[in-house]
Amino acid sequence: MTTTPAPAPADTDVLLSATGITKSFGGVHALRGAHLTMRRGEVTALIGDNGAGKSTLVRCLSGIHQPDGGEILLDGKKVHFASPLKAREHGIETVQQNLALVEDLTVWQNFFIGRELTKGVGPFSMLDRKKMKAQSLDMLGDLAVNIPPVTSRVRRLSGGQRQAVSIARAAGWSTSIVIMDEPTAALGVQETARVENVIKTLRDKGVTLLLISHNFDQVLRLSDHVAVMRRGLTVAERRATDTSGDELVALITGAKES
Amino acid sequence: MNTPKENPVSTTAAAPSGAPSKKDAPSSGSRLTEHLGDFKRLSFWAENAAPIGLLLLVIVFSFLSPIFFTTGNISAILMASSILVVLAIGQSFVITTGGIDLSIAATMTLGAVVFGLSWDAGHNFWLAVLLGIGASTLMGAASGFLISKGKVTDFIATLGTMGVATGLALILSNGRPITIRSDELLSLTTGKVWIVGLPFVIAATVAVLAWFVMFRTPFGMHIQAVGGSEEAAVANGVKAGRIRLAVYVISGALAGLAAILLIARVGAAEPAVNQAYLLNSIAAVVLGGVALAGGRAKIAGPVLGAILLMALTNGLTLMGVSQFYQPLAVGLVVVLAALLTRFQSR
Repeated sequence: MTTTPAPAPADTDVLLSATGITKSFGGVHALRGAHLTMRRGEVTALIGDNGAGKSTLVRCLSGIHQPDGGEILLDGKKVHFASPLKAREHGIETVQQNLALVEDLTVWQNFFIGRELTKGVGPFSMLDRKKMKAQSLDMLGDLAVNIPPVTSRVRRLSGGQRQAVSIARAAGWSTSIVIMDEPTAALGVQETARVENVIKTLRDKGVTLLLISHNFDQVLRLSDHVAVMRRGLTVAERRATDTSGDELVALITGAKES
Repeated sequence: MNTPKENPVSTTAAAPSGAPSKKDAPSSGSRLTEHLGDFKRLSFWAENAAPIGLLLLVIVFSFLSPIFFTTGNISAILMASSILVVLAIGQSFVITTGGIDLSIAATMTLGAVVFGLSWDAGHNFWLAVLLGIGASTLMGAASGFLISKGKVTDFIATLGTMGVATGLALILSNGRPITIRSDELLSLTTGKVWIVGLPFVIAATVAVLAWFVMFRTPFGMHIQAVGGSEEAAVANGVKAGRIRLAVYVISGALAGLAAILLIARVGAAEPAVNQAYLLNSIAAVVLGGVALAGGRAKIAGPVLGAILLMALTNGLTLMGVSQFYQPLAVGLVVVLAALLTRFQSR
């Protein structure tokens, strides 16, 4: 093994641990035994160069891909996600890079697509629009500074607002982990700051987050724990307070072995 | 923030001195301009093309023909539009998912022929209705399976089922119309609620049900989601394939219902090609402000669109305009509506 996991603070416990995850696509070995440890209530960042296997690992955790080998323990219990729905049933929500929002629908509709609240029974069951609007408002809550009205169509929202809606949806439904894939990749400076504030709010609420990012400053600002991937392996794990941008770059490029 | 778009003729500008009270005047002034702005925006006209067009048409034809705006004629227009209303609702469900049902008129013809044959074979009227609608529903399901499971594009799949349905109708009926004389059908044609004929009552009921399904049930929300972004819908657990299948089943079933209304109108089940109904059903949906790209559902729009098309034909006929000009007029109206939809606020 090339790695030594960073010592865990005594007051936090492990919520998710993935070990020896392998995944190949044809002849391409995207993951060659990657591991990841996430502690309850922490922001764990996953960084690495393009093609290092971050996205593949995240997709294994969110049920989009099924790993060829290795095991995932959630809350100490072994889990297998045959589909994204299964991962969701275990409380793992993902904010996808494309946000997975339907632009023609309203904010509250987007919050509830696929898990609508209804009233009435059988053929007479209809959408409980009032309740869904109220709950959407709750879920959006204090997350965003300029929260959009829940009845506005997503098409009318700015990039940052959309991101906030998608994050709020994931955070609202999640009962264990929220995964965010490059949440600020497509945003401008102001919008990025707003989304970072959303992430901070979630962190302060004690939500366990997995953050994939290219931005080292952002990673150091937001995360408690950093996992570095290179060529399908997790090559290092660091506490965010014990590392620097320079060290992370060196770890990513392989200039420094852990 | 408090700088309203100044309207030179509004009361705000009427204050002559250089120091207007900035706080209270603009708020009412800007609300007024906002409402006026509604009418200035092209998107307003685009969103409401069908009701505005219908209103204009009624006004113009009422001036041009003394008969147009009489209860008798209005009742006739509604009666004539009931078939198209039902078809347009079916088409609207499909188009909301971003698809298109080219087989809708042929499916109606097939339903009519199956009804006619079952009636001719001595079956009970209601059983014949059930068989006719059933045949159309199966045809719709066939399109739906081709599209959801076979991954054939909507256009090609329904072009295929259009041919199949047309052919089946001709083969089954041997190309001959089947005359239907039934008391039930007669009461359907002559029955009235106030001035509104039963066929239109049926069409209106279908419209209300369709509105409820589309806007008040999870299923309707999924239809809009799949049309808006299939990828996002699937990521949120919507089974897109099932939704696509379902909208074609709905379209087929409504084509079957339209077949019964058609027979009631014509008095016979004809294997004739009813291509005008196909084009008009799409035209009604476009007039109703539904984008062919999908995602934005409308029910009232297509219903009004269908009535508009029939009112147009009716008015032209009353004015003695040759039948040859009618497709031209319909075509122009549809093209105009399609141009207007470009200005819809999305």
